[in-house]
Amino acid sequence: MPERFLFRGARVVDPATGRDEVADVAIDDGVVSSDTPSNAIVLDCDGLVLAPGLVDLHTHLRQPGREDKETVETGCRAAALGGFTALAAMANTEPPADSAAVIHEVRDLAAAAGLSEVFPVGAITRGLEGEAMAELGEMVEAGVRIFSDDGHSVPNARLLRNAMTYVRAFDDVVIAEHCEDVSLGEGGQMHEGLISSSLGLAGEPREAEEVIVARDLAVARLTGGRLHLCHLSSAGSVELVRRAKAGGVRVSAEVTPHHLVFSEEDLVTYDTNMKMKPPLRASEDRAALRGALAEGSIDAIATDHAPHAVEEKEAEFDQAPFGTIGLETALAAVLTHLVEPGELGLARAIEAMSTAAARILGAHDHGGPIEPGRPANLVAFDPAAEWRVEPPFGSRSRNSSFLGTTLRGRVVHTMLAGELVVADGKAQR
Amino acid sequence: MNRHLLSIHDASAEDVVRILDTAESFREVGTRVIKKVPALRGRTVVNLFYENSTRTRISFELAAKRLSADVINFSTGGSSVSKGESLKDTALTLQAMGADAIVIRHSSSGAPLTLTRWVRGSVLNAGDGTHEHPTQALLDLYTMRDRLGRLEGLRVGIVGDVMHSRVARSLSFALVKMGAEATLVGPPTLIPPEAPAWGVQVSHDIESVLPKLDVCYMLRVQRERQRQQYVPSVREYARLFGLSRSRVDLLPEGALVMHPGPMNRGVEIDSDVADLPRAVIEEQVTNGIAIRMSLLYLLLGGSGAEDVPRAEEVGADA
Repeated sequence: MPERFLFRGARVVDPATGRDEVADVAIDDGVVSSDTPSNAIVLDCDGLVLAPGLVDLHTHLRQPGREDKETVETGCRAAALGGFTALAAMANTEPPADSAAVIHEVRDLAAAAGLSEVFPVGAITRGLEGEAMAELGEMVEAGVRIFSDDGHSVPNARLLRNAMTYVRAFDDVVIAEHCEDVSLGEGGQMHEGLISSSLGLAGEPREAEEVIVARDLAVARLTGGRLHLCHLSSAGSVELVRRAKAGGVRVSAEVTPHHLVFSEEDLVTYDTNMKMKPPLRASEDRAALRGALAEGSIDAIATDHAPHAVEEKEAEFDQAPFGTIGLETALAAVLTHLVEPGELGLARAIEAMSTAAARILGAHDHGGPIEPGRPANLVAFDPAAEWRVEPPFGSRSRNSSFLGTTLRGRVVHTMLAGELVVADGKAQR
Repeated sequence: MNRHLLSIHDASAEDVVRILDTAESFREVGTRVIKKVPALRGRTVVNLFYENSTRTRISFELAAKRLSADVINFSTGGSSVSKGESLKDTALTLQAMGADAIVIRHSSSGAPLTLTRWVRGSVLNAGDGTHEHPTQALLDLYTMRDRLGRLEGLRVGIVGDVMHSRVARSLSFALVKMGAEATLVGPPTLIPPEAPAWGVQVSHDIESVLPKLDVCYMLRVQRERQRQQYVPSVREYARLFGLSRSRVDLLPEGALVMHPGPMNRGVEIDSDVADLPRAVIEEQVTNGIAIRMSLLYLLLGGSGAEDVPRAEEVGADA
């Protein structure tokens, strides 16, 4: 018999409808119900925010291939603990997700785990090698909505043009780009500036991102295709996106919590958990990213959750891999560093982490609205609860740039299709 | 003083003076028939060299031995490191063996700082990547003060590939700290654009700078910079920025020529320039031992120059 729930007395924040009020929300048979069912399990939500489940546009689940770093199951557990009911799993696995077989494998593993809905991202090019188009149509048939060679930009503008044009045969398919010019960024370990020059670390200038953003926006204009720009880091990129949007280019953009919170100044201890791509940039870039997120030029917040083994990160800085995990800290980081200081409204934060992300991903069952008959993909969180970021994590890895810091805002319940997958902060599967 | 010397920023101007003064007392030891004091008797110093550097390693080894420390040389060739052992595991091993000081040379910037997370002993940076080489900077300051009598107000030109030079970084920071005036000279591709924020001047014209210098400090040119297209050719570099026999006469009388070694004679410095009396390159080497003695001594518990003659007392706890 399906379970029935009542979220009682929650502050319901639903960006899809603009609703923000204290109310009860009933769940019956996996969907939001207008009637309060009898014998429902009552979840006391006094002081909690109830919102549509979060949606991550950018997760590295590492399976198949690097199950020592993360598996679909552990990644989905981390997602659920972080309040995410849906995520886009990047294609740079081993083997890469460049065929329907890998897509099916990842989705089947996710279904078996039952912790978060996984939308596999397909590779744009075969083997992520940047040379020839992968069989995009076959992957679309397998359910892929976003293609990306994340980790690299498509190196060749003509190939990108052809991919963006080709996918117009299918409904609402998005090409997502990691923006980094390899020749300009070659060898870069962190943002190029005064700090990199004092630390003796090779720098990657912000222009390495901007030249690809400019190129990709031009190709998007040329093809009329839908472009999504991953993890923007520079003020100049933001300006390019703003202008392109004003000019009618079909582009969306994301920013990560770590780029919104940290800057190059956090590298001075050679902390390898602060090493990621794109690199943490200057404080003025961070300010521009925050402004763009608030006004909507940047549509969504995405984690770029990138698990790495402890021994890989506990290494010399230039030998450590790029990336930080982020699923379990994203919401709290945004609440603590943006919402609480008043830089970002709570409704806009949830829109960026859920509603807008779901729209880009085509995850129609996610992101709200929280209305009768809609699938019950929800998160309830305590915006005031303080906690220290430290292992154990749901993730198999612990390379968090927030490690050792204190954040405010803790996920209490995560509901996936009417099932409580996280209850009282604990994963139920 | 800090427990470690990872960067010139770990030493205050006062510390620098103390390090140089202490080196002054130790330099005399090197002139004795029996070149040894018992200051660090029973203490263990490990030379952990991930990069080949015979000169720096020997300098540290001699310094530690002249202080009567037990010295272990741990080089990457033929050791567990070449079998893929991580820096962390090597550090934990050295820690377990009771190293009091670890002198580390590494090709990765920041590796000495990373090492401090896993060891209790003092860590001395003997050069890390393109970051810093603080003991080189200190021996250079020592040589300048010894020859010219002061540091404050000295005008020092640092010529060459500053971008990739740990020597230039440490020396620039050290000169600024001591009130000297540093000017970086080189092609714009090899000078970090942020250098003015270090408190130094920048020039791309060596001949306009030379007449205004008390010290002309030449950096070693790496031939791979040509391949990486920072300069069109080593030949053109030498023509535009080398310290040639004709250029050296632009220096004021009494100005020094310095080089951290090893030199590329005929590239950044003409052979007969390197052999002029004003070129104090061998003195730098000799002074390096005294500076490293001073640093090992101070980091491992000595309080300053006044202690040196009574060094047995310092080592007595061993």
